[in-house]
Amino acid sequence: MQKIIYAVIFLCLSQLAHAKLEIEIIQGNASALPIAIIPMQWRATEPAPETGVAEVVSSDLYRSGLFDPLDEQDMVDRPIDAESIRYGTWRLLKVDYLVIGQVRDAAGGAGYDIVYQLFDVHTQEALLSQVTTVGFGDLRFGAHRVADAIYEKLTGVPGAFSTRIAYISATGLGVKQNYQLFVADADGFNPQAVVGSPEPLLSPSWSPDGQSLAYVSFEKGNSAIYVQNVATGQRDLISSGKGINGAPAFSPDGRYLAMTLSGSGNPEIFIRNLATGQKTQLTQHWSIDTEAAWSPDSQWVYFTSDRGGKPQIYRIAVTGGNPSRVTLEGEYNARASISPDGTRIAMAHGRGNEYRIAVLDTGTGRMRILTPGVLDESPSFAPNGSMILYATREGSKGVLSAVSVDGNVRQRLILAEGDVREPAWSPVIR
Amino acid sequence: MNTTWRFMLALVIAVSISACKTTEPTPEPTEAPDTKPVTEVTTAAAPDPRDYTDARNFDNSESLLSKRIIYFDFDKSEVKSEYRAIVAAHAVYVSASRSARVTLEGHADERGTREYNLGLGERRGNAVSGLLSAAGAMGSQLDTVSYGEERPVCRVSDEGCWSQNRRVEIVYTAR
Repeated sequence: MQKIIYAVIFLCLSQLAHAKLEIEIIQGNASALPIAIIPMQWRATEPAPETGVAEVVSSDLYRSGLFDPLDEQDMVDRPIDAESIRYGTWRLLKVDYLVIGQVRDAAGGAGYDIVYQLFDVHTQEALLSQVTTVGFGDLRFGAHRVADAIYEKLTGVPGAFSTRIAYISATGLGVKQNYQLFVADADGFNPQAVVGSPEPLLSPSWSPDGQSLAYVSFEKGNSAIYVQNVATGQRDLISSGKGINGAPAFSPDGRYLAMTLSGSGNPEIFIRNLATGQKTQLTQHWSIDTEAAWSPDSQWVYFTSDRGGKPQIYRIAVTGGNPSRVTLEGEYNARASISPDGTRIAMAHGRGNEYRIAVLDTGTGRMRILTPGVLDESPSFAPNGSMILYATREGSKGVLSAVSVDGNVRQRLILAEGDVREPAWSPVIR
Repeated sequence: MNTTWRFMLALVIAVSISACKTTEPTPEPTEAPDTKPVTEVTTAAAPDPRDYTDARNFDNSESLLSKRIIYFDFDKSEVKSEYRAIVAAHAVYVSASRSARVTLEGHADERGTREYNLGLGERRGNAVSGLLSAAGAMGSQLDTVSYGEERPVCRVSDEGCWSQNRRVEIVYTAR
């Protein structure tokens, strides 16, 4: 059995070439900040890569919807240092911010230094002047770090470009159906199959250190929960009891894994202490209790329950007690994702046959629908809280989309083949 | 003369061909005795479609035992009255055949969230399992597995398709 599983995994690795996600903006923002990222001088010993650092930074900032980067062909001037910047030219091009830099060998030959500066065209001030050091294979990652720093400087919110996303892809039909759990950079590049199986895979959930994924696999004929290290591939079977073993969710403090188990006869939320392996039952009700999501302080567990007749979001203290209902509007609210600051709850919001992503402001109690539908589900907050990644449909094909929390910017991530679903945005990886 | 010879020759050829023909199907007579008992068996075997203890009824389209899929309403897990007779038929078989093992595979349509639908599929499987138990099947003979919305039989986003996906499949792992 073990051998078969490994064979399946290697089969998946060989299919990597087809699995790149493509991202395009489908709804932009009129007030995006005009910025020019000048192609960086290549001064390293190794040959320059096909895609330059500036190009990666530009497309990151563009995809956020908050920036309007100048096309490279419109750059009439390419300053290489602060002294050679002609601010008048950039003001004429209506560019507010300018980024210049170079890539050179890191000290000791361990990789590259990306040396860059961000200027305010109007005040002619250097807002950022930094060096980002990365290994030889990590130039794209370094570029994402640069984009993170620029994004934070100009918006006040940390960037999330150097993070990763996990998602499930399904290809083929019937007996040829194949499920894969992928991890890719946040811009869709560098996809890697973490695990593959002819039986369903679902519900990937990141550990707070971004090193591991918990997920559900039917490879043994029934649902089972595994935790797998993304880099090493080493995995542990966490739960494979009778009934459902589903909806794993790591607590942000890394101490617990919440999960849904139905061994008692119906689905209940359990909490497993990851240090001791001890399991505690959190909910007790004959209804379906599932889809646990943690508050940022790891003190509360939000979950979906139909104890009131229809699925709604409830929350319960991690120490137990009586759950209280969180969503009061709408006939179907499920699968909560909590924003990193705890002020917003994203969920799948159903009305009739239409399911959209809605966000509840926990302060005001106001619910806002962010997406057009009609079968939107699995919302996942970016670790900086700026965007929500979710699964939707185009025709009969599953695709991923991301929407800004204000609903103003929407982008689409398309995998070349198969259904893509259940995205999970990683925490910030340090 | 010529023509008569030719006629005779043709006749001989025709006769020999037909002789060949008759020799060719010589297995026919040996088949015939074979087919006779077979038809006897089928007539003797033509099982009473209402005899739900007879395993041959699994393949008899006249019998409720040949029906092994129960369909449900949206977000519901009650076994509708039109499917109760099917479940009752299987209950008779499982109660009579203690070696029988049944897995009730619960499924949901694509609407709603995946993990909630796992719960819903299980609830549907348990509803059928409960009816089987109440009618005499032993708990050790029954198992429920929910696939939620992960194994649809139809992939169009409309009610015609959804209604086929909201189902419990009665799967015999042993008869």
